Amino acid sequence: MTGRILESLPRGRVTALWPVLAALIITAGLFAAAGANPIEAYRLLIDGSIGSPGKFSDTTIVWVPLALAGASLVVTFAAGLWNIGVEGQIVMGAIGASWAAITFSGPGVLVMALGIVSGLVAGALWGGLAGVLKTRGGVHEIFGGLGLDFVAAGLAIYLIIGPWKRDGIASTSGTAPFREEIWFHTIGDTRLTPLAIALAVVGVVGVYILMRGTMFGLRLRAVGRGRDSAARLGVPIERHILAAFLVGGALAGVAGTVQALAFHHKLVPSISGGYGFLGILIVLLAAFRASWVAPIAFFFAAVGVGATQLELRLDLDSSVGGVFTALLVLLVVLAGGWQARRRRSGEA
Amino acid sequence: MDEATIASIIAAAAPLVYASVGETISEKAGVVNLSLDGSILLSAMTGFAVGLTTGSIVLGFAAAALVSAFVAGIVAFSGIELSLNQFAVGFILFLLATELSSFLGQPFVREPGPSVPRLEIPVLADIPWIGTVLFSHNLSVYGSFVVIIGAWWFLARTRPGLALSAVGERPEAAFARGIPVNRLRYLYAIVGGALVGVGGAAFSLDQKLGWSEGHTTNFGWIALAIVIFGGWNPVRVALGCYLFGALQVVALKLQPQFPGLSQILPIIPFPLMIFTLLLMYRPGVRRLAERFRVLRPVFASEPPGGLGVNFRPD
Amino acid sequence: MLELKGIDKRFGRVHANDCVDLVVGAGELHGLLGENGAGKSTLMKILSGFVRPDAGEILLRGATLNLRTPADGLAAGVGLLHQDPLVLLPLTVLDNFLAGAPGGLLLDRRAGRRALADESRRLGFEFDPDELVRELSVGERQQLEIARLLWLGARVLILDEPTTAISDPQRDRLFDTLRTLAESGMSVIFVSHKLEEVQDLCSRVTVLREGAVVGTRDLPAPTDELVSLMFGRTVESGSRHNETLGSHSHLVIGGLRAREGNLEVADFSLTLRQGEVVGLAGLEGSGQRTVLRAIAGLQRSHSIRLELGGRELSRAPYRARRAAGVEYLPGERLDEGLIRGLTVEEHVVLTRQESRFFIDWNAAREVSEERIAAFNVKGRPESMPEALSGGNQQRTLLALLPDSLALLLMEHPTRGLDIESAEWVWSQLLARRAGGTAVIFASSDLEELRRYADRILVFFSGRVVAELDARAGQTENLGDLIAGVGAT
Repeated sequence: MTGRILESLPRGRVTALWPVLAALIITAGLFAAAGANPIEAYRLLIDGSIGSPGKFSDTTIVWVPLALAGASLVVTFAAGLWNIGVEGQIVMGAIGASWAAITFSGPGVLVMALGIVSGLVAGALWGGLAGVLKTRGGVHEIFGGLGLDFVAAGLAIYLIIGPWKRDGIASTSGTAPFREEIWFHTIGDTRLTPLAIALAVVGVVGVYILMRGTMFGLRLRAVGRGRDSAARLGVPIERHILAAFLVGGALAGVAGTVQALAFHHKLVPSISGGYGFLGILIVLLAAFRASWVAPIAFFFAAVGVGATQLELRLDLDSSVGGVFTALLVLLVVLAGGWQARRRRSGEA
Repeated sequence: MDEATIASIIAAAAPLVYASVGETISEKAGVVNLSLDGSILLSAMTGFAVGLTTGSIVLGFAAAALVSAFVAGIVAFSGIELSLNQFAVGFILFLLATELSSFLGQPFVREPGPSVPRLEIPVLADIPWIGTVLFSHNLSVYGSFVVIIGAWWFLARTRPGLALSAVGERPEAAFARGIPVNRLRYLYAIVGGALVGVGGAAFSLDQKLGWSEGHTTNFGWIALAIVIFGGWNPVRVALGCYLFGALQVVALKLQPQFPGLSQILPIIPFPLMIFTLLLMYRPGVRRLAERFRVLRPVFASEPPGGLGVNFRPD
Repeated sequence: MLELKGIDKRFGRVHANDCVDLVVGAGELHGLLGENGAGKSTLMKILSGFVRPDAGEILLRGATLNLRTPADGLAAGVGLLHQDPLVLLPLTVLDNFLAGAPGGLLLDRRAGRRALADESRRLGFEFDPDELVRELSVGERQQLEIARLLWLGARVLILDEPTTAISDPQRDRLFDTLRTLAESGMSVIFVSHKLEEVQDLCSRVTVLREGAVVGTRDLPAPTDELVSLMFGRTVESGSRHNETLGSHSHLVIGGLRAREGNLEVADFSLTLRQGEVVGLAGLEGSGQRTVLRAIAGLQRSHSIRLELGGRELSRAPYRARRAAGVEYLPGERLDEGLIRGLTVEEHVVLTRQESRFFIDWNAAREVSEERIAAFNVKGRPESMPEALSGGNQQRTLLALLPDSLALLLMEHPTRGLDIESAEWVWSQLLARRAGGTAVIFASSDLEELRRYADRILVFFSGRVVAELDARAGQTENLGDLIAGVGAT
């Protein structure tokens, strides 16, 4: 039905700066229309995200799952796959980690480690399921992934109000909080969580090394760029598609683990926080390059956290941050398409 | 299940019918609009906001339709003029429209507002049973009936409808027959978008009055799933919407015994969608459909061959 | 009645139509002959409005036609039947007949049924209006398209290679239909590479070669003349070098059957000796590519026997055959050969650095530079294949091959290459041959076949119709055979 999806997306750098400028200007317009001073608003965005150690650690809290989601999507996009199922993989990772947190008693550090492993495995398996649906069932990964996203969300809700419910009243606000020993440690007063940050760094750097320095990464890219040629050159296509889903799912699973064990300390219905979908935007803006994921994820995190300041101080709904980033990506993608079209008609 | 319940199912499903049939039309022409969930949110908010500020429900519906048509137009434009991936642009628009709806809708959260007035059809509403089920609704719901019948009739019985199917199924073949492929794709993507917008307005001005964040709760994704489950056939799609509505009522009834069921049941269209997609590839099903020709519309579940693929005349 | 004057069209560097003139009278069955790539399809697409020419004009009954889209072509009465009929598979016969036809808002299926029945009766076809077109054979789909074009008022009917995928009885019926149509005043242009069919059906023929008209003749005309027009005058081959061949069989293929799309290859057999070079001749779509890919293991096939150097490979998957020393180089260098967006260096890593997990980029750089130098590739390790010229792409493909090979299967080794690159490619292939590799190559270049192949197998419609001993120089009628002369 959709053939080679990625070939019509812009690759490499979009050199024109105007999409960024346009996004800034349009968003400034939105600020103004809502009765706020645009300069003040932008200043608050910056200040509210990196202006103080507390704010900075809040930003890193959001950065960690975004970076992991982005890393996950770099792997699947490299193989030419549209892994919209990444949200569900994050949820399953959270479920896996929560399962470990609830089931195992024992030293905190050990259970934490178990939680990370089970979250990783759960995410990987959920990704693998999408992969099997695609390779064996011919179900396109967009629709298979979407379906599995909702199934995972449903499973989370079921667990929250069912087997894992809080003692007393079952509430859709979440399970009982996990015991404190397995909460990821924070530094001093801040909410800075070194372990979570380390996981994100390992994830991003790992994906970078995987894609640039390993045969596996190269083969994934071969599959994504030229499936028939790759097959002729001996790359087993199906196996690599499945592997991409497994690796991507694993990384997303770690994102879910971090959400559950480091930040929420329990399982809540919207534990994935839309980070999977945002990850897609991040990777699109990063032109699918692993090295750009971390900084762009930080930018998204900063805008997201800073936007809460806008809500507190300027009475602007925090969704304006999301508007800004989505608008930016849209304009960049459209600009890329426009450039490509100019290049094409120049050649003809 | 008494007739009042059935009537409420039909009324509750009306917004979904608009959205699903609208997307069906767009996809039949080959354009997939992944922004659906965001479009519906944005148009629901717009419909309510305009309806509230102008006091006119008609203007609210019109504004909603315009907004959603515009978004659909961007998707079509990116694919046709810029050869961008429809899924990518649609997805970005989904997020953008969702956030925009939250931001622009802020002043209207939990405000009371207008609603579509009830309009019983004289004489017909007095017929026992059917009168309550079909003729005791309002214009919004009646409109959904018209849309179902209209879409079916257009696709099955008119010449331009046949051309539409050709455009989505195999653009090269349509082009060879002198059909202006891309012009029609623009048209039907925008028409589909407008219908989606009407669905959004039908939501906030009729079924779930008012506005709040995430007001339409995944309706767009559900619509996408139902389009697939309904095999891109307006009648089957509408049936899918009603089935979904029935499921929701059932969930509500069973809520006391199984708390949280109402949150889980909306998930059901998605495994059904996957199931339909899986089935499509079994040659046995196709052979079965051929043996009993009259069952063809029941079984035919293939996506239009050119769905999501941009067409360039050269 | 129909006149094309000075039609010119370029696609990038390719001069598809070079100032082409063509005249077809009313009621005339006019053949358009030429090899693949001669420009026949482009010309017909221009005539029917699919493609716009860079220069030239089209006159129908004296009036100039301005064709910008196929809609204009149809309105002018020009109908093109594509080689793969452009039908809508999930729709019924009736709906396919009606789709795109002018009319009012309402679709009058009843009138459509009558029209379909009338046209079918006139043409001698039979249709079930409610059957899905997917269930029809290619021949039947063609009939449907012809009926539709006629119903829409075509006065000029163009058929693009219509007999490629239909059975003989269907072809005979088609020819009868076309004759009847011509009698009623319709102009028919029959595009083909099958000389005998053109002789059989048409009254006049125009031959295209490399984009230009090389001759127009009344039919019947001497076959040799037509063949030499199609392929050009045969120049005496360059030096032939007959190597001594090994005595024992290196590759034995028995009873190979395969189906690629609509083409069926049946019962292909071949015994190859070590160091032997076999050329597969024939026009595209005759089965050579299918056979090459089937031997490589990329095409699903069934063979009674497939032995290479004593090892039985008939059931072996692609990987096992590669491991046994079989490599396939495709004609589509960028779609199936090299990977767009991956550098030459990355290709080298993919092919020549198999087993380790981490890539040693330094070693890769060294190997790439060595390969580039050894194979004289005008490019660098960071170059991407789409930026290389055809010749350099071919050199790269050869550079990526393993050092020792048992069997090399090549499709179009020198297509699109300048003479220097072509000669260089062959020096490589002959060096391989000297090292014991058997080579099977498919080519549409008669000179290349005559000069380098030890034996030439001529394909036509999926079967080997002749085997020529090129070493002994018995290749005069190669052109005839390729055009299907003498094949039943």
